[in-house]
Amino acid sequence: MRQIAIYGKGGIGKSTTTQNTVAGLAALGKKVMIVGCDPKADSTRLILHAKAQATVMDLVRERGTVEDLELEDVLKVGYGDVKCVESGGPEPGVGCAGRGVITAINFLEENGAYTPDLDFVFYDVLGDVVCGGFAMPIRENKAEEIYIVCSGEMMAMYAANNIAKGILKYASSGKVRLGGLICNARKTDMEFELISALAAKLGTQMIHFVPRDNQVQRAELRRMTVIEYSPEHPQANEYRTLAQKISDNKMLVVPTPLEMEELEDLLMEFGIMEAEDEAIVGVAEAASK
Amino acid sequence: MSNAIKKIEGITKESTQEMIDKALEAYPEKGKKKRAPHLAPNDQASGSACVKSNRKTVPGVMSARGCAYAGAKGVVWGPIRDMVHVSHGPVGCGWYSWGTRRNLMSGITGVTNFAMQFTSDFQEKDIVYGGDKKLKTLLQEAKDLFPLAKGISVLSECPVGLIGDDINAVAKQSSTELDIPIIPCNCEGFRGVSQSLGHHISNDTIRDYIIETREFAEPIGPYDIALIGEYNIGGDAWSTKPLLEECGFNVKAVWTGDGEMEKIAATHQVKLNVIHCYRSMNYMCKVMEEKYGIPWIELNFFGPTKIRESLRKLAELFDDSIKEKVEAVIAKYDPIMQSVIEEYKPRLDGKKVMLYVGGLRPRHTINAYEDLGMSCVGSGYEFAHGDDYDRTSVEMPDATVVYDDVSELEFEQFADALKPDLIGSGIKEKYLFQKMGIPFRQMHSWDYSGPYHGYKGFPIFARDVDMAVNSPTWDLVKSPF
Repeated sequence: MRQIAIYGKGGIGKSTTTQNTVAGLAALGKKVMIVGCDPKADSTRLILHAKAQATVMDLVRERGTVEDLELEDVLKVGYGDVKCVESGGPEPGVGCAGRGVITAINFLEENGAYTPDLDFVFYDVLGDVVCGGFAMPIRENKAEEIYIVCSGEMMAMYAANNIAKGILKYASSGKVRLGGLICNARKTDMEFELISALAAKLGTQMIHFVPRDNQVQRAELRRMTVIEYSPEHPQANEYRTLAQKISDNKMLVVPTPLEMEELEDLLMEFGIMEAEDEAIVGVAEAASK
Repeated sequence: MSNAIKKIEGITKESTQEMIDKALEAYPEKGKKKRAPHLAPNDQASGSACVKSNRKTVPGVMSARGCAYAGAKGVVWGPIRDMVHVSHGPVGCGWYSWGTRRNLMSGITGVTNFAMQFTSDFQEKDIVYGGDKKLKTLLQEAKDLFPLAKGISVLSECPVGLIGDDINAVAKQSSTELDIPIIPCNCEGFRGVSQSLGHHISNDTIRDYIIETREFAEPIGPYDIALIGEYNIGGDAWSTKPLLEECGFNVKAVWTGDGEMEKIAATHQVKLNVIHCYRSMNYMCKVMEEKYGIPWIELNFFGPTKIRESLRKLAELFDDSIKEKVEAVIAKYDPIMQSVIEEYKPRLDGKKVMLYVGGLRPRHTINAYEDLGMSCVGSGYEFAHGDDYDRTSVEMPDATVVYDDVSELEFEQFADALKPDLIGSGIKEKYLFQKMGIPFRQMHSWDYSGPYHGYKGFPIFARDVDMAVNSPTWDLVKSPF
């Protein structure tokens, strides 16, 4: 069983990419479980065709304690026999979502959700690893393989680099490794080259370049993955390719995150950012004229 | 014999149910509905639980329960004397659980026992930045200061679980660097409904980190046993261990009273596990049975009747030499116990006792009171499960009240209705009943006395019960209630 965690900047398309890739793996005949580690609980809606109605934490809230839950209450099977669980958690601004992730994963472990017939377990994690709870999926005996979803936008690259720093911390004390960057294209300038270069600097690979296509949106509106909605569409092929690449991937590395200057140098190299000119820092547009 | 149906004059199923209904009247509808299944008259013949248990406490009822951390630190880990036990988190949990359980220890402090208060004393910055680094430093310091400690347990308090610190990773790394077993126990207080989950988590931790990591130096003999769920309260293990040795057994390890880490770690080699506190350690007995094929037997060493029964039950599993020794031991102590009974029974005969303790003692001590001529008119547990209530059913007289996670109001009302001559419960209940003018013994810690286990314990038990029930003090107290 390979356990894989998907990280990346908020809104980059982690859940969409994860579910489409998982659908691709299911199409390859793999047995997969998705564990949604986000209180919004939208990591499995394309596989289940509905937002998970009963998350682990919803039921804990309802019944009082996690000990009163049964696995079948929270484990739902969707497209391609993919098993789906959502940790769930509080609405923004209250409680502790990180603990929800810990509680949910402990529950799955204690109740035998990790069956030996599974080929893959995917953790779809909240964009920002704001506390220890969101690092739970990459603790020992959990995911040992991480993919970072990013795009050619500057902030997405910053985020990818920061996540690589986090992986480095965990890699030094455990077995967690970076499997690659997944570029979820935004059609920014030189996106393919830029992310390939970033991957190289991080010591990893751009495992796949997923082109931007509105078919993803059309499938999502129907709460489906592209693979299920339009299996013949070229975009479905992209996800199948990504699935195959992940399935075959042997390149698992301890990342070498960049210093801020290196990252800026990279952006300059590709003409995304101008060379730093101290004279313009802090000078408003009107004042500079 | 416990199988004969015991009756108490004036107590019927109807009278008990009426008393329960009256107590429930004080609750709002929702609370009443939740509490009702936890209170019932015993059906002795059924041999099964008459109440619901191991459920979330109803808010506002003044429960006496503890938390998972309490179950882990206070019950399972704390008594292991040659380890350093770290209360990981803010200072209060460690401080207020320090030395309160009276699990006595031998050895020299700082050399062969470490019954001190170790805590990481979390501050704001540790919550914000995480406490991993502090824990690592603490482990290093503990090792430097106490190089003779055989291991270190790290017991998580609530905030550690909330901020998601990975104590397991720190423990693993420090364990390698310091070359000493470091056991992380994720026993955050908010987990579970009572301290019971703390026992379970601790058992699982022993399974994952301790058992099978050591071997006994001497070859294994046919009479090698371990005493499980014996916490040496008031010196209990110093009564039961010699007793079993007198019967011809080698008690290789005691879990965990006056416990030694390396002996506990080698317990997978014994021939039989004798379990006393079933509630807190049945998990590891089952693990050792499944994994190493070690059978286990539940025994009760309170009062001569149960001791006799237990020793014979134990001897049945062994050869004639053991059987002979056991009979000789019984023959030796029975007359001494008889003289104790002759001294105290005339003063205690016909007296009534109500019990409310953790998860084991009510059902184990009922017979010891009966040896003294007393009867138990009510019993219950803070954190017992269904299997504990099954086992209680046959020991309790028929139709007497059984109460699970009893609230202060219910307990008070039952005591008022049943007018017991003694209540055996915990420190939280003690002053309520003493103010009501009812004699009381603190039966978690043996009220600064003990041991109560074994032949050595029974005379002390009888003396203490007599001292409480027949103290002339109570004639001078007039309860205003």
